[in-house]
Amino acid sequence: MHTSSETKSDRVIEVNDLAKEYRVYDKPEGLWASVRGLFHRKNRIIHAVRGVDLSVGRGEFLAMLGPNGAGKTTFLKLLSGIITPTRGTARVLGHVPWDRADDFRRRFALVMGQKNQLWWDLPAAESFRLHQEIYRIDPIRFAKIRDELVDMLGVSHLLGQPVRELSLGERMKLELIAALLHEPEVLFLDEPTIGLDVVAQHTIHEFLRHIQKQRSVTVVLTTHYMKDVAALCERVVVVTHGSILYDGSLEQIVDRFTTHKVVTLDLENPPAAGEMERFGFSCEVHGPRVSLRIDRSRIADVLPKLLASQPVRDVSVEDVPLEEIVAGLFRGAAKRQAGTDPDQEVGAV
Amino acid sequence: MSTTANSERSLQASHGWFSGVRSWWRMLVICLEERLAYRTDFALGTVMRFLPIVTQVFLWTAVFAASSRTDIAGYSRDNIVAYYLLTMVTRAFSSMPSLAGGISRSIRDGSVKKYLIQPVDYIGFLLASRIAHKLVYYIVAILPFAAVLFFCRGYFPPAPDGLTIAAYILSLLLSFLLGFFLEATLGMIGFWFLEVSSIIFAYMLFQYLLSGHMFPIDMLADIPTGLTGVSLADIVRLLPFEYTAYFPAAVWLGKITGWELVRGILIEIVWLVIMIGVCRFVWWRGTKRYSGFGG
Repeated sequence: MHTSSETKSDRVIEVNDLAKEYRVYDKPEGLWASVRGLFHRKNRIIHAVRGVDLSVGRGEFLAMLGPNGAGKTTFLKLLSGIITPTRGTARVLGHVPWDRADDFRRRFALVMGQKNQLWWDLPAAESFRLHQEIYRIDPIRFAKIRDELVDMLGVSHLLGQPVRELSLGERMKLELIAALLHEPEVLFLDEPTIGLDVVAQHTIHEFLRHIQKQRSVTVVLTTHYMKDVAALCERVVVVTHGSILYDGSLEQIVDRFTTHKVVTLDLENPPAAGEMERFGFSCEVHGPRVSLRIDRSRIADVLPKLLASQPVRDVSVEDVPLEEIVAGLFRGAAKRQAGTDPDQEVGAV
Repeated sequence: MSTTANSERSLQASHGWFSGVRSWWRMLVICLEERLAYRTDFALGTVMRFLPIVTQVFLWTAVFAASSRTDIAGYSRDNIVAYYLLTMVTRAFSSMPSLAGGISRSIRDGSVKKYLIQPVDYIGFLLASRIAHKLVYYIVAILPFAAVLFFCRGYFPPAPDGLTIAAYILSLLLSFLLGFFLEATLGMIGFWFLEVSSIIFAYMLFQYLLSGHMFPIDMLADIPTGLTGVSLADIVRLLPFEYTAYFPAAVWLGKITGWELVRGILIEIVWLVIMIGVCRFVWWRGTKRYSGFGG
């Protein structure tokens, strides 16, 4: 029995055809329109999540990447049971999240932005004590975990201060500690680094990476910062308009969605006007530095010719920056969206 | 980690009831601390509470002076003053400042989410926090209350017997719970309508009229309803409102005794059970409907 339950629980998150629609009221502008709105309202349906399928194994660190309004947060709200879906099924740790069983709620945590679990007017230490009680954490274990987490983030001096007096970054660190005290098996993070400075972002990246490795927590993180993804996640799910556009490793995104490489040459002398264009690729010239976008299949063929054409000091061949690829993906999806009936749009790729 | 953690968890779950009490106690303590963070606001709020009562005493003094009667609907002038002071005591138990508004706000701004995610019962938590709220209030208010009651002792009839006092205390505690579940339910309408302040206002109006806060309910005993033998007071008696102000005061003043007292307490208990059920049901339906506003 033990083995079978182990294999079963390898899939920590199982989502099938999950969809969430919202009915919103379009409020027209102007006083007269508002008065008419009292009697006759125009409703519009928002498809926040459209039939998503997803499966996440134990210990995976997954990033959901997408522009604002792509449905990332709605998806996390569904997985943590805050909202009920319009259709579809989901199981997290074997539970249907929106049943909100206590046994399920003791085993996961959700951190949304920075306003969440901590009591605004009280020191964080008090909120931690409350968590010890509601999650029924053994007192000795609680003290050990708390001290460990506090040390890792270097926030011991902040524990006694009312939370409202802390900075955004400080609050975020304390929120993370509050979320991890009960050693959740699944951790949902909604934009954990939004609005933070580079140093705080880095600290939180280090912390999350360490925690995830040490405890093999399954983490699902939403973000629109490529930095978060590059620093943390092996698996990336790109979401636009409520559908999954891509699901795979970060490297594969590059393989799959780029046709070009960027070749940068440092020349001895600035090239004559029009000289580089004869290779037939789009190029940017900044003094003696020239960047060309070359079709991947032709690199081996073109590069020697390029190098032979003039004296070259240095050369580098790189992938198109990730930000650019993802931005391209988003744009492409937006175009397709505009071109089709939104209700007819097909789900996952 | 998972297997050991899971067996530990089930072990802990078997002590569920005890740790339930402990986490509830912790919530109470943390709410106490939070309330005490705003001392000035609290002290001021307590003092302001006495103002309406003073105006009502003046009003009734003027009514008695103008009518030159010594008795209105069974109340002498002294009785009326004692009645208002006693409803003030009941309201100190049954009124729930900003409970309904706070719940609907937490729904609108999304802070209710944490109670959906954490293994806590939101209604239980609200109750703990309201008890803490009341305890802090009593600590601050006991001196002014005692002073006012002491100075006005001349208006009161002799103290009732032990059984009546016991019934009085029971009706006070029930009025606290009834007031809590009425207003908590009201606040949860926020799941359906984002703005509930006008609904709360309408409720407050009814509550003010029908609870006995404005005038003793037995003054309605002579008002016919069109049904033979049924007065307006008979109908109001079947509603929950009068149990949050009039009823305990009338018990103390010896106006409700014997079978009527037992019936009153029973009606109050039935309303309490109904409201607990309604409150739970509305919470259950509301959270199903909830769309997680506010990020």
